Amino acid sequence: MDVRNALEPSSEDAFEKQILDADGLRRALTRIAHEILERNGGSEDLILVGMRSRGVPLAHRLSSLIGQFEGALVPVGELDITMFRDDLELRLTRPAIQPTVIPRDLTGTTVVLVDDVLYTGRTVRAAMDALLSFGRARQIQLAVIVDRGHRELPIRADYVGKNLPTARHELVEVRLREVDGIDEVMLSSHPRSGTNQA
Amino acid sequence: MRRKDVLDLDDFTPDELREVLETTAAMKEVLARPIRRVPPLRGKTIVNCFYEASTRTRVSFELAAKNLSADVVNITASGSSVEKGETLIDTTRTLQALGADMVIMRHGASGAPYLVARELDASIINAGDGWHAHPTQALLDLFTVQSRLGSIEGRRVAIVGDILHSRVARSATWGFTTLGAQVVLCAPPTLLPIGFADAVSTGLRAKGISTPCPVTMTHDVDEALRDADVVMALRVQRERMDAGLLPSLREYSREWGITRERIAKARFGALVMHPGPMNEGVEISPEVAYGPQSVIEAQVTNGVAVRMAVMYLLAGGRAGPAV
Repeated sequence: MDVRNALEPSSEDAFEKQILDADGLRRALTRIAHEILERNGGSEDLILVGMRSRGVPLAHRLSSLIGQFEGALVPVGELDITMFRDDLELRLTRPAIQPTVIPRDLTGTTVVLVDDVLYTGRTVRAAMDALLSFGRARQIQLAVIVDRGHRELPIRADYVGKNLPTARHELVEVRLREVDGIDEVMLSSHPRSGTNQA
Repeated sequence: MRRKDVLDLDDFTPDELREVLETTAAMKEVLARPIRRVPPLRGKTIVNCFYEASTRTRVSFELAAKNLSADVVNITASGSSVEKGETLIDTTRTLQALGADMVIMRHGASGAPYLVARELDASIINAGDGWHAHPTQALLDLFTVQSRLGSIEGRRVAIVGDILHSRVARSATWGFTTLGAQVVLCAPPTLLPIGFADAVSTGLRAKGISTPCPVTMTHDVDEALRDADVVMALRVQRERMDAGLLPSLREYSREWGITRERIAKARFGALVMHPGPMNEGVEISPEVAYGPQSVIEAQVTNGVAVRMAVMYLLAGGRAGPAV
């Protein structure tokens, strides 16, 4: 997926703007970490599960923030939802499967799913389906950095860094130090870029 | 991986093999979950079509398909319309007409799955054809070595036993050499396939792989085992004696059986493998088969994960353009 090339501004309608800078992202994560603790009355039986790929570093960051506030270690899982996608039939080749690591049986736990962008809700649906193989969590909550709207399923986020109304042809990118070398959230549009994933 | 069928490993590129091995690792993780079922083949029908006896391979394919949420139908030659004289192509066409998306096929005749693959739109996975090929067995051998030793390239793999009649040896040789290992085939002179080493060398060159001496053949087991990282023993069948290829199983065991004394000639910590079923005390001694270097049980376990990986990768969408 080479989005960058597709984003080179080549007409007047194309634009790219920063929605959150590194400080903005840090504040959003700090607030979400506090909200998670407040809502769940602490960090007991809590587990953060990052959805590949950018949900994973985000989950680790939330875990270390919660560690700073509460002095408690919150385990982090890594979830690959490829095999649970509902659009596998539409692809010519099968996408590669990344490892899934869930550190404990989820029965009785409160799982906070972590992802970068909430868009159609289909990825979250797949993630919930995948999580059921690891035990019956008492509760599954959802934390995202950006909610950009356009849901196709009855799914909502419990913790949102930024609500961002978008058009379907626009592209929301959460860039992270661990993956992209920089912390920022970008909104861009290219008249010919069509739909995007999130 | 973009292919319709898996018939042998001779046409696999190193990248395709690596893709299968990586997917297998992911499938092993699925097998470790409390609920080991994932949905990528939901709504697909897979037919296990076995014209030859098999326990582990058939069960392994069946479990793999079920773990991927496919519907599985098993047919065996006995009790099917094969007994009424229906031809292979007609039987498999019928299976396709009944809605089979994938046919797993074992047949006593070398090349039978190739014939069927040409005639059918469904994907064919060769689960063993005559003396020719058994690609998923070879893939599970590759995976087992890769996960135990960390790498395949540059390793020395000794395969000892009835090479001439062994589809396992042939497919394993293609697989290991394609990933840059050297294979030594060792058997009594009557049980070595003449010309196979040259055929592999030519095939590898065509794939652009330039391992020096990828395949050597010998009838000296001590030479074969020297410095080997992997020692694979093959089943020796009583029928070969009746055909005059072997004087007796006792003589075979004395000259070519894998014993503790012989395994000491291999590299320290070398892996001992066997595709099963074993004749303990003939081609392999029980103390080696169940000893610390044996990965024979791991091979069976890995078989399910490998077959899940192959089915997952083959079932790539055919429902239109990529999205």
